[in-house]
Amino acid sequence: MHVFRPLIVVLALGAAILAARTLVVPKDFGIHERGYMYGWYRKASEEEWKKFQVKYQGTDYCKDCHAEPFRQLHSSPHGMIECENCHGPAIDHPSDPQKLAIDRSRELCLRCHTRLPYPTSKRAEIRGIDPDGHNVGLECVGCHDPHRASKSK
Amino acid sequence: MNRRGFLRLFLKGLAGIALARGLDEIFWRPEGLAATKPVRWVFLVDTYKCIGCGFCVKACKLENEVPFGADVSRTWVERYVLTIDREVFADTPKEGRYGFVTRRIDLGRGKYQEIPPEKIDKAFFVPKLCNQCAKPSCVQVCPVGATYQAADGVVLVDRKWCIGCGYCIMACPYGMRFFHPVHQVAEKCNFCYHRINQGIKPACVLACPAGARRIGNIKDPQDPVANIIMTQRVSVHKPEYGTDPQVYFIGLSEEVR
Amino acid sequence: MVLEKLWTIKELFVYPNEYIYWSIQIVMYPFMTGLVAGAFVLSSLYHLFGIKQLKEIARFSLVFSFALLMVAPLPLLLHLQKPERNYYVYMTPHFTSAIAAFGVVIFIYGSIVAAEIWFLYRKYFVENSLKLKSQISRSLRENINYLACTVLTLGAYDVRESALRKDEKAIKILAGVGVPVACFLHGYAGFIFGSVKANALWMTPLMPVIFIMSAIVSGVALCMLTYIITMEIRKFLVSRRRSFPVYQAEEEMKGVEMHVMRMTSRYLIFFLIFSISLEFLDLVFRGYTAVKSWDILRNVIYGKDFTNIFILQYTFGNLIPFVLLLIPGLTVRRAVLSLVLVLLGVFMMRWNVVIGGQSFSLTFAGYMHYHLPIIPQGYETFKEGLLGAIFIGVFPFVLFWILSRIFPVFGLKEAP
Repeated sequence: MHVFRPLIVVLALGAAILAARTLVVPKDFGIHERGYMYGWYRKASEEEWKKFQVKYQGTDYCKDCHAEPFRQLHSSPHGMIECENCHGPAIDHPSDPQKLAIDRSRELCLRCHTRLPYPTSKRAEIRGIDPDGHNVGLECVGCHDPHRASKSK
Repeated sequence: MNRRGFLRLFLKGLAGIALARGLDEIFWRPEGLAATKPVRWVFLVDTYKCIGCGFCVKACKLENEVPFGADVSRTWVERYVLTIDREVFADTPKEGRYGFVTRRIDLGRGKYQEIPPEKIDKAFFVPKLCNQCAKPSCVQVCPVGATYQAADGVVLVDRKWCIGCGYCIMACPYGMRFFHPVHQVAEKCNFCYHRINQGIKPACVLACPAGARRIGNIKDPQDPVANIIMTQRVSVHKPEYGTDPQVYFIGLSEEVR
Repeated sequence: MVLEKLWTIKELFVYPNEYIYWSIQIVMYPFMTGLVAGAFVLSSLYHLFGIKQLKEIARFSLVFSFALLMVAPLPLLLHLQKPERNYYVYMTPHFTSAIAAFGVVIFIYGSIVAAEIWFLYRKYFVENSLKLKSQISRSLRENINYLACTVLTLGAYDVRESALRKDEKAIKILAGVGVPVACFLHGYAGFIFGSVKANALWMTPLMPVIFIMSAIVSGVALCMLTYIITMEIRKFLVSRRRSFPVYQAEEEMKGVEMHVMRMTSRYLIFFLIFSISLEFLDLVFRGYTAVKSWDILRNVIYGKDFTNIFILQYTFGNLIPFVLLLIPGLTVRRAVLSLVLVLLGVFMMRWNVVIGGQSFSLTFAGYMHYHLPIIPQGYETFKEGLLGAIFIGVFPFVLFWILSRIFPVFGLKEAP
């Protein structure tokens, strides 16, 4: 009966989509541990994320070669600041990058040392300055040593 | 009813029950196999300790290759200032990537609010990051299965499969998701999945000088973070959305948006 | 860097990652699918209920519905960050997502519309194919025509009375099945928004129904409008003694049949009432229950978006056409004005939902202003700008013209 011809066309299209799936969809795509609602994915993606490059190495990575600044920093009130916070991620230093940036800008210090007397916040316990009042335009490191957190250089 | 009729009815009943159980199994298995895994990552944010330095935002962007100058981030820091007139001011200038270097509150469109210190009743900083919800609405709405929850609770995005429709971004009640400016697919915090699977801390946890950010495994009874969550007064952000967020806060004041 | 920054202005406290991600193309998309559903429902009113006066417009709306259907995926393709991966929705559909389920529904609906058109035109394909086959020599155009018609017969050459009656019955069944599927289709579009609990404006169970009603309104209005325009153009051209080989020479060009207009506008008014009532109900409920999000929503609805909602959508788009259509003695001019306003109203409804829902921040303490890119400064501001929207709006007519070369829409001597 000719009335079913369009239905056959549609079913053929549907079959084509199902056939295409076997070619296109990766074999590890399926329902994983969290069930269909939350765990419908390509399993290899998890491994791909685990292999993402680590950039920040942590202060322990720096302290052996840079012993002196490390010692200074850790006997100063700045001891809790990671080296990489100011110097950027070590990644594969010293092979790549060979040198890490030494950021001398005012803005770096103002992150903590803009005086914000906020009650209930630990920020209020950090000594600071008014950025529009104290030595505007000058680099803080001109007078202050960041590793020793002291006024004199 | 004869034997044949009875048999037919019985088989139909069985089929119906099987269908119902099957659909239930496929569409909603609350914990599924994940329940048997030994790790479920949780995060702890202490808003009393946060000093608003923004090193966490900087570290996150550099670690996870989100362009530093782009106005999007996997994590950010918010500032709240409550005045004695019971007004609440909040801002997050450049998501906190340069820290908070001025007392003026950024109101957007080039406007700023000066608040004299004597008028401040309380003020604090709130770091925010993806809650890796136990019932993530963002995963529910992905049409192609490009975003998913791993067995250890972290919600990830498959960059090779995401079509960039943006439905997950719309579905997150916390505004955690965005389009990566370079990869042009959905992007969000994943607890530095590459780091925690090697036994090292996420970049933001490492960077925080004040110890305001901590990560732990709720299934490990020896874990200090799990201990705090279980024994101290903690709260989660926007529980009313039913997503069951897994980032816990100490000192999450009711003004926090 | 961040593309959405090109058209989003943030005000007060907004989360850093919040931008207007779903912009003009996502407004166009439910607008176009709504037109599809409405055009189909109009066509079904004739095929299903045998309302004789709608015969002329029925064939027209069915083909137009198909043209619109083919254009409907375009806004999505233009919106996707990775359009080359669009077929993944059919490869690994995640049916907990309304968008994936929508993919299946539109496939089924498209099949129904295509099948119905096939049954309607089968006799024409067969006759044309046989006629061209018996021709000794064919021009290139006739060759293409011959090839198309032969393929489109799907090998069913039986055009006896019994076979044609089977066609009629199939059309009736498809029209009957197609109406609920069209409603389902547009209900799903509404569900895509209504189910997003994170968005305070979108989340309401009424959203699917509001979308269905306004979809039907827009589809009927567009078909009526295009019908009027087409009939008037044809009347004008015949009066200038131009010949049309496709159409029958002896048919009198009467222009628009006013009784058809009056009948169709009655259906339009019915669905318009339904649509307005639902939106009104939603607004009243929100104001009365005044949940946490009401403060910011009130500011958006009654402040920021007041003109868009109350002036453009409700007054110009609903109230004025309602009054114009109800006044007795409907003229073509008044009908055209009403229909254009109705289409404006439906478009504004989509705009107010999509853009309106992104006009406020998740913080409930900030706003985002949308600036539609007018002059494109690159591909992004073209496709998600005014020109991109106009392209989508115009393309169905282009496609309809192409389709009408294959499926002659007017003056065909046929049984149904």
